[in-house]
Amino acid sequence: MPEMNLVQAINSTLAHEMERDERVVVLGEDVGLNGGVFRVTEGLQARFGAERVVDTPLAESGIMGSAVGLAMAGMRPVPEIQFEGFLGPAYDQLVNHAARYRTRSRGAITIPLTVRVPVGGGIHAPELHSDSPEAIYAHHPGLKVVMPSTPSDAKGLLLAAIRDPDPVVFFEPKRVYRSFKEDVSDEDYTIEIGKAKVVSEGEHVTVVTWGAPVFQCLAAMDELPEDVSVELIDLRSIYPWDIDCVVESVRKTGRCVVVHEAPKTCGFGAEISSTIQEQCFLHLQAPVQRVAGFDTVMPYYKLELEYMPEAPRIAEAIRQVLAY
Amino acid sequence: MPKKVVYEAAIEYLQILDENGNLDKNLAKDTLTDEEVLSLYEQMVTYRHLDEVAFKLQRSGRMGTYPQNKGQEAAAMGTAFAAKKGIDFLVPCYRENAALFMHGLPPHYILLHWMGDERGNQIPEGVHCTPLSIPIGTQMLHAAGIAWAYKIRKEPRCALTYFGDGATSEGDFHEAMNFASVLQAPCIFICQNNQWAISVPREVQMNSETVAQKALAYGMPGIQVDGNDLFAVYKATREALDRARAGGGPSFIECVTYRLADHTTADDARRYRDPKEVEAWVAKDPIIRHRRYLESKGLWDDAKQAAAEAKAKTIVSEIVKTAESIAKPAITDIFDYTFAELPTDLIRQRDTMRTSSLGQNPEQAGLTGSSVEVA
Repeated sequence: MPEMNLVQAINSTLAHEMERDERVVVLGEDVGLNGGVFRVTEGLQARFGAERVVDTPLAESGIMGSAVGLAMAGMRPVPEIQFEGFLGPAYDQLVNHAARYRTRSRGAITIPLTVRVPVGGGIHAPELHSDSPEAIYAHHPGLKVVMPSTPSDAKGLLLAAIRDPDPVVFFEPKRVYRSFKEDVSDEDYTIEIGKAKVVSEGEHVTVVTWGAPVFQCLAAMDELPEDVSVELIDLRSIYPWDIDCVVESVRKTGRCVVVHEAPKTCGFGAEISSTIQEQCFLHLQAPVQRVAGFDTVMPYYKLELEYMPEAPRIAEAIRQVLAY
Repeated sequence: MPKKVVYEAAIEYLQILDENGNLDKNLAKDTLTDEEVLSLYEQMVTYRHLDEVAFKLQRSGRMGTYPQNKGQEAAAMGTAFAAKKGIDFLVPCYRENAALFMHGLPPHYILLHWMGDERGNQIPEGVHCTPLSIPIGTQMLHAAGIAWAYKIRKEPRCALTYFGDGATSEGDFHEAMNFASVLQAPCIFICQNNQWAISVPREVQMNSETVAQKALAYGMPGIQVDGNDLFAVYKATREALDRARAGGGPSFIECVTYRLADHTTADDARRYRDPKEVEAWVAKDPIIRHRRYLESKGLWDDAKQAAAEAKAKTIVSEIVKTAESIAKPAITDIFDYTFAELPTDLIRQRDTMRTSSLGQNPEQAGLTGSSVEVA
């Protein structure tokens, strides 16, 4: 099994699926000759040609809207939006068109597209290059939203996304892109969209997160006394999300902290916390806590680590939930 | 019925100073005086040096990602020099440092911005520009709106907005052009056609022969100028501004220039660009041709060049010192500009630097006096 970082895993998975399915086309700004600004599509144009790996004009609405058309016409488009902040111009095409076509045509027209989007902060990037908008897209019926945090999860989820008959937003946490390598199987495998992963089993408190903060949560766990047993859940899929996994865990531990980079208000933690309240009420030993970004504009990089949920803030919330 | 032509148009190209420093005296009439060219040239040398120092700051970890301006100074300066400082409004993208400096923005603001500090966007009172716009092609609509306001209030002011060739692919560009034209707003659209949108060359970006012809679709005067020629850029901009101020509506100016450096410090243009193409454009560098011109008029020599470079070094090192002496903002800065008045919960978040309710109110956790240590 080859060792890969997140960038390499996504790159080889795209190649794998393009080899297997000639309907798959990659399109976006700088994805061809340049191999993408993060090099995620490096070498794909040389291997599969400029007809299947397309440098588009600089227009996010154009990329998303024409991908909707490609999908309608039987292709499997995998557009890239260069940074999550640039989803803005593509929002209408994604939300009002891609997401609604199946419903409004009563199943006659479907949109199997997978839009790849680098997401999140922590890499000293400029403005509008560090946001975490996953809850916005999870809120729109008709869209699936995933955010893998490891190279092997990225492979399984990306294959599932491209083969999914409906539109999927595939968020790639930039902070993880090159942060570590792991063995990624050569085999063809998918990870079901909507299934979480228990990263570590525990008895005292459940911590739910996704994307780059998985690693901040692991660091927070190192700051806790050894006899504190944390169950860490990497949600992986934001919509649909693994309610059963989270509910079962919280019924066992009676305590829960949700961690995400996005602002607290209307972040996906609100949905998780509310569902726990609905389904685990008599099991709860403490109020569910959210460690999240503040309800402010993501600051420029001088203050970005103060904004983001770093390990000390997570560890503190875990200690307080345990002491409640 | 025979077919007939219902619309015919052409796009003019204007060059006054060629790459060898030869000036077309007829066209140059009533443009720039010798003193003005001298002053602009010296500033160009300074801003080029600042650009190179900024690149080094990024490479040595003292600044974040930075987009170099190298090669595009004449387009920025010729347009901004035609604008009225303190009257007209500049709406830039992120590669027009020289235009902003000429319009009154203290240069250390730009460094501060790329050092990850929003105070670089806190435009001083009296300087009429917006902060650098990071997403592509969104800011031109704001310029159309600003110009529209001037028209409503009958103020003899104009908005000048800057963007690249790639930005003309965005929908917002076309909406801005149409709005400005329909409303006859005094807005000047300045396209820095630097030939590359990151890795995508102009001919892959669009099938149009020129960028300027896009103005024709909106019934707007459009011209293509040599963007490395201060005279041509200045003349086209002044004519557009005069027309706009006289109620003639918007104009479009395509400045043909070249991005001599990478897209940003995070980019490596060698991956997609032929070095021979870059070499050919190095020969058309605005600094080279304006120096040749000044030398041919006996206004410049090696000694003056050495003095200008020494002066640039002093100025730039002061700019860097100023930017670097500004300490990291207070953490409360994250919150304090969200609204004129902060909602209660945001004040709570700011005062505790927590989003967890137990972190904001430890009494709720029954922690007061307990042995559990709270970080």
